[in-house]
Amino acid sequence: MITARYHREIPQRYRLEASKCSKCGHTAFPPRLVCPECKGKTFETVKLNDEGKLITFTVVRVSSDKFSKQTPFAVGIVELNGGVKITTQITDADVDELKTGQSVKLVFRKIQDDGKAGIHCYGYKAITT
Amino acid sequence: MRDVVVIGAGMTKFGELWGQSIKDIFVEAALKAIEDAGVDHIDSMYVGAMSSGLFVGQEHLGAVMADYLGVNPIPATHVESACASGGAAFRQAFFEVASGASEIVLASGVEKMTDGADVTEVLATAADQEYEVYHGITFPGLYALIARAHMEQFGTTREQLAAVAVKNHRNGSKNPNAQFRNEVTVEQVMKSTMVADPLRLLDCSPVSDGAAAVIVASMDVAKKLKRNPIRVIASAQASDTIALHGRKTLTTLNSVVKAAEKAYKMADKKPKDMNLVEVHDCFTIAEIVATEDLGLFEKGKGGEAAANGWTSIECKMIPVNTSGGLKSKGHPVGATGIAQIIELYEQLNGTAGARQVPNAHVAMAQNMGGSGASCVIHILEVK
Repeated sequence: MITARYHREIPQRYRLEASKCSKCGHTAFPPRLVCPECKGKTFETVKLNDEGKLITFTVVRVSSDKFSKQTPFAVGIVELNGGVKITTQITDADVDELKTGQSVKLVFRKIQDDGKAGIHCYGYKAITT
Repeated sequence: MRDVVVIGAGMTKFGELWGQSIKDIFVEAALKAIEDAGVDHIDSMYVGAMSSGLFVGQEHLGAVMADYLGVNPIPATHVESACASGGAAFRQAFFEVASGASEIVLASGVEKMTDGADVTEVLATAADQEYEVYHGITFPGLYALIARAHMEQFGTTREQLAAVAVKNHRNGSKNPNAQFRNEVTVEQVMKSTMVADPLRLLDCSPVSDGAAAVIVASMDVAKKLKRNPIRVIASAQASDTIALHGRKTLTTLNSVVKAAEKAYKMADKKPKDMNLVEVHDCFTIAEIVATEDLGLFEKGKGGEAAANGWTSIECKMIPVNTSGGLKSKGHPVGATGIAQIIELYEQLNGTAGARQVPNAHVAMAQNMGGSGASCVIHILEVK
């Protein structure tokens, strides 16, 4: 991954920074320039709640080449406390034991390798709680 | 807007066409469409393709294909809306003729997927690269997220998902252009390799090469050429969040609902008026959700409808994917939307052979991009 691109995504990947609309209070992750709810254009930066529940998931058994060493791995949509939904891997869990509705918490993990000479790419994954 | 008609169609066989380049398959389909229409020229052309840049390293497809078709210097434009690129290209041709700017326009779609690219990675560019794909999700994975939510919310079963593949393979077995002409059983689908739980290999449309083209023209041209006028009575499109997780519900595709509302209104038709429908069954669950969101069945009943055979040609309730759908006919991404229009054209012309729906007068095509971030719907009618 190009370093500039990786660098500018760090506030979201490392610190879960989102934007809260000053007009309607909607929280958007990642931050946006236009509020999808009220079209407002002013925001304050907030940190997402890192706990929530799993609302759907799958176990990826056939992946792109970049993730082939990680298969099988679970990916799901987590609804965080506060209502923001994100897509994330669910890690440190037996993929056959996962259930929707399960409580999860986001943790900081390595997500992917950028080839032999590239950088390690980090971000959030969910663990069951 | 004036009346717009489809007067000719042509496509390659869909499949692993290793002996032909992306240019070869486009030109084959385009020449067949031009010959079928009986026109001596085209005024302009649109080429739908999802990602020729990543699949074969070639962009600027409008110019490339106009050059190789030998139609320079007419205007030629590449249209991209992920898996809905073909439908979007057709829509541009429709507007160009409807506006009176052109009389005869070629609407086409093409994709060359077997030239060595990491297909899973290329297809994933239709999702949110930074907030979905970064975490390793694939397209089968995204539709698996929808499938699990649908199964848990409405009680849709694994057998019902399999019924979609069984029906589409049965239809595809009657389509000479289909990639897979073999029938499959529910048991075979349910024992096929797991790709992304709960979706298995036989729930997924294949990796395909193929091209498809139609000639869109004014009613005046159709009359001069004495063509059976198959009118385009609705063209509608809608968008939704690029990321699946950005939606209020995972089991309804709002772009399909909104595009369908607009299409029915424009055509002054209701779901029950359709004699057949081609839907975007990139995965079995997608057909189930589409048949619900198009208003053909009540929300949550799409699985039951498939398992009860209500969508089969034989049942005559509402035949869905008579062509074999993406599942059996193949899914060369950019070509799919045009190939759907071709199925409508053949059915309404009464030339669909063993797949023919008797007395078909009105038919709809639903073409979708990504996990439903874009949807293009067309309704065609013959009187």
